[in-house]
Amino acid sequence: MADTVQNSNPENNNNNNNNISAYYQTRAAHHAVVTSDWLAQAQAAVGRDPDDSPETAVPTVAGKPFSVIDEFNSWRKQPDLAEAVAAIRALAAVIRNCQATTMMELEIELKKASDSLKSWDTTSISLTAGCDLFMRYVSRTSALEYEDFNSAKSRLIERAEKFGEISCKARRIIGMLSQDFIFDGCTILVHGFSRVVFEVLKTAAHSKKLFRVFCTEGRPDRTGLRLSHELAKLDVPVKLLIDSAVAYTMDEVDMVFVGADGVVESGGIINMMGTYQIALVAHSMNKPVYVAAESYKFARLYPLDQKDMGPALRPIDFGVPIPSKVEVETSAWDYTPPQYLTLLFTDLGVLTPSVVSDELIQLYL
Amino acid sequence: MDARRATTTVPRVRQVGFFTPNAPPTQPSRTQSFPLDSNSPSPSNSPASNSLLPVMIPPPRHLSDNLAHRATSPLPVPEPSAFRRRFRGDHVAVVGSYNPTETLLGASPPLASPSSRVIGDGEFSEESSPGWFRRSNSAKFASSFSGGFDLTSVKSSETLGFRQDQKPVVARSKEEKSGAAVVEPQINKGRSSSSNTKPLKEKTTKAERRALQEAQRAAKGKNVSEGVSSSRPVKQKQQPVQKKDAQQGAPSIAASDRKGGELPSEKERRKDAPPPRMQFDDKSRVEKAKRRAVVNQTEARNRVELFRHLPQYEHGTQLPDLELKFFQLDPMHPAVYKVGLQYLAGDISGGNARCIAMLQAFQEVIKDYSTPPAKSLSRDLTAKISSYVSFLIECRPLSMSMGNAIRFLKSRIAKLPLTLSESESKASLCADIVHFINEKIVLADNVIIRHAATKITDGDVLLTYGSSCIVEMILLYAYELGKQFRVVIVDSHPKLEGQALLRRLVGKGLSCTYTHINAISYIMQEVTRVFLGASSVLSNGTVFSRVGTACVAMVAHAYRVPVLICCEAYKFHERVQLDSICSNELGDPDAIAKVPGRMDINYLDNVTNKDNLQLLNLMYDATPAEYVSMIITDYGMVSHDPTHKRACHCARVYEGALVDIGKLVTNWRMLCLSEGSLSSGSLAWDTSGTILDIYGYNKRLTKNAQFPSCVDAAKLQMD
Repeated sequence: MADTVQNSNPENNNNNNNNISAYYQTRAAHHAVVTSDWLAQAQAAVGRDPDDSPETAVPTVAGKPFSVIDEFNSWRKQPDLAEAVAAIRALAAVIRNCQATTMMELEIELKKASDSLKSWDTTSISLTAGCDLFMRYVSRTSALEYEDFNSAKSRLIERAEKFGEISCKARRIIGMLSQDFIFDGCTILVHGFSRVVFEVLKTAAHSKKLFRVFCTEGRPDRTGLRLSHELAKLDVPVKLLIDSAVAYTMDEVDMVFVGADGVVESGGIINMMGTYQIALVAHSMNKPVYVAAESYKFARLYPLDQKDMGPALRPIDFGVPIPSKVEVETSAWDYTPPQYLTLLFTDLGVLTPSVVSDELIQLYL
Repeated sequence: MDARRATTTVPRVRQVGFFTPNAPPTQPSRTQSFPLDSNSPSPSNSPASNSLLPVMIPPPRHLSDNLAHRATSPLPVPEPSAFRRRFRGDHVAVVGSYNPTETLLGASPPLASPSSRVIGDGEFSEESSPGWFRRSNSAKFASSFSGGFDLTSVKSSETLGFRQDQKPVVARSKEEKSGAAVVEPQINKGRSSSSNTKPLKEKTTKAERRALQEAQRAAKGKNVSEGVSSSRPVKQKQQPVQKKDAQQGAPSIAASDRKGGELPSEKERRKDAPPPRMQFDDKSRVEKAKRRAVVNQTEARNRVELFRHLPQYEHGTQLPDLELKFFQLDPMHPAVYKVGLQYLAGDISGGNARCIAMLQAFQEVIKDYSTPPAKSLSRDLTAKISSYVSFLIECRPLSMSMGNAIRFLKSRIAKLPLTLSESESKASLCADIVHFINEKIVLADNVIIRHAATKITDGDVLLTYGSSCIVEMILLYAYELGKQFRVVIVDSHPKLEGQALLRRLVGKGLSCTYTHINAISYIMQEVTRVFLGASSVLSNGTVFSRVGTACVAMVAHAYRVPVLICCEAYKFHERVQLDSICSNELGDPDAIAKVPGRMDINYLDNVTNKDNLQLLNLMYDATPAEYVSMIITDYGMVSHDPTHKRACHCARVYEGALVDIGKLVTNWRMLCLSEGSLSSGSLAWDTSGTILDIYGYNKRLTKNAQFPSCVDAAKLQMD
């Protein structure tokens, strides 16, 4: 059964064949606490990060042929780096390492690289969206008018790096934008671990706002435990809930903050399993649901319902053997329709769900 | 009724809904089809004005007013209907697709296929086709339209004799949006003998006309002040209130109708400032329009009260009459004449088919066109096309898509470089038309089909209503792709178009279920997707489509089944409409009184002419945006959201106009705020029907902590 498959190697290029979502594998590796000694692991992960960054920051491709995927994976190892940004950096590296001598060749190579990245993990919406946006952003430049190929190429690289920087800053911008919505004394419910949401809460804590946070456990990765740990370090009052206690605690909650794996054209979001039901509960109790998502997660997708997209599967550990006759729902995400969302905090500004499609059209057309 | 009358008469504003098409200060908004016509006339000379016209301004009314109007319906209802195409009232199931082969497949009469229609000779034979006599439609309509706007068409109008003369006034009022417009109607009331001046106006230049009018106005103003009828003073008072509707020359229609005999002076006044769209509850105007109309129509005896503003005629009388006049109407190009007859007879139906037929007829016109001496091609041809368009409207009101196509053509004509020779111009126009057909319709459909097919998965049960050519193409394409799905075709009386679709689909081997709309709530339980076509999509996300569509969408929504609307982007329109009453098309009432093939169901046989029976055969309805999950257009799959980009775009176009109008505005209203809160990109309308573009502002309003202040601003405006 898929649930018992443990594919612990996220870098495995073939993991699509196992139907295991590489995206969620990475997330689990970065944010989840699967064992009871999660604290130690989390600390270990934090401790390892500084080592990672310098080593990956130098994309050295000495003798062996350059591969986008390797490049991407080396960037991806940094827990703080979003997958889309990793993709953007990897694509920028493609331009840098490109042996092409004409613009056309370069473009074709870039396209190939982005396609291979996209097909490497089809379950990562932000990867696909990031690649698409990069192609738009980079190729939509006057570089093509340069007569000299090298200057055109350097212009492209410049643009690519700028785009990478913008994407990197997105989280901080969102953190700033959302501060007006967090008021003293409020209670915030968060689901799972989202780097953006954590940034928002961190910024609020640093600006001396008084609030408390309810963290869901975030099964099966239990990413919520990690978040509660991080928040406790910031001296924010935290309460951990099991995922099924959301409705029970909702009346105490003032607002719900969730991240997003992808923001789709309807203005809805695709996010970790459980987001939809939290949004439903919040909606029925008239609590605002805020989504924090960087604009590189805007994807040209329009799911009509939950089953409209291919599922992203991930293993679920129930702790006991599951009889083979029992089927296990292993989908990692769900789709929350726009009518249950109040506002989206993005680096483009604070948007209502309905404006998303507008922004998407502007981004892509 | 009485209470309502009182309210309506006072304000004199005719519109019902906020959004209704009455475009107050700027005409364009009024009707889509018009804009084209209207453009051509006065401002026609400037291409820029043309482009602006498409936008509509919502009428200013307050909600409460609207409701009142609606409830009591008849008079005040604004009549956007002009655009709405009318459906023929017959039962013939003409296939809607523009694709000739598809049409032939259907049960449609031989001539129905659009491709054949352009040929000059088919007219008489067509008349003999089975469905023709059932169709009716309003000649009057057309005249009202054209009357309002067409200056350019002077030539043609003179010859044809069906045009109204007042255009100059309208045009003028447009220009001086606010101040002057307000004054005008009053002055015009006094006018009785202005008719003779009109011919002059038509020939003179704009400036001259204006001057002339000023003079007349002054003269008339005196008369007015001397007092005319008792009723007038009232009106005058109110006009200031409604300045929004500058053109609203016929505001008092409602009142006059009720009264029955209007004062002569009122009539005159109305003549001078004709509203762009005709309200068919205005007797005097209807009379006049009738005189001008090419197509003779008899009024239906028992008109449905709520829909008096729409033309209701006896069906089946027009065709023979028009046929008789064939040789008197020299200026009418045979291709246009033929298409008009086909519309009248119902041989061409379906938005795309009608639009293509019209465009191809215009192509013929352009090919055969030669500029008369001492005239410029761009002006003369525009006028000519306008006159043809008004003829087509008489045959059957234009659909919004046709309005958009005409607007496109006219802007092309206006933008022709002066350096081009006549033959070059003609060639370029013909090429433009071909491009329009190919890109906006044929290619667009291909793209839509591809998009839509991605939403069909194995095991789906797809429901469709009536017969939409685009949905048919989608189903066939998905079937060719080897997807495993089942189709439920829901149909309804009186047209039973679904049967034609069913026949074609079954013939191709799809597995189908056929049912009537009565069983919709039962069948919906097993459906996974609803695919619907649309006549047009309005800027607030409202979908205008065959009557019954709203019901299907509502039931689907109740069962949480996604509703997908397939509609080419050229059918999008800037108008906003809240209900199906203001603008609609009425079919042949007999069609619903009789059941074809069932001689035993004859309960209504001798009753249809009774005074206490009103048969209502509505052709379209409006599906609110909240029932629509997705709109599939050639630009991709878009959200139905009311804060649609087009709405915003339309607001921006009007920004310029707002400067003038803004001075008059004292009372702002926020209307279109999405979901009742100041949350998203939205439009603000003030009471005079102007649009305040707060979209750009609103969209990012929360950035930089502006949210609260923006809310305040909005509140201020509402106060």
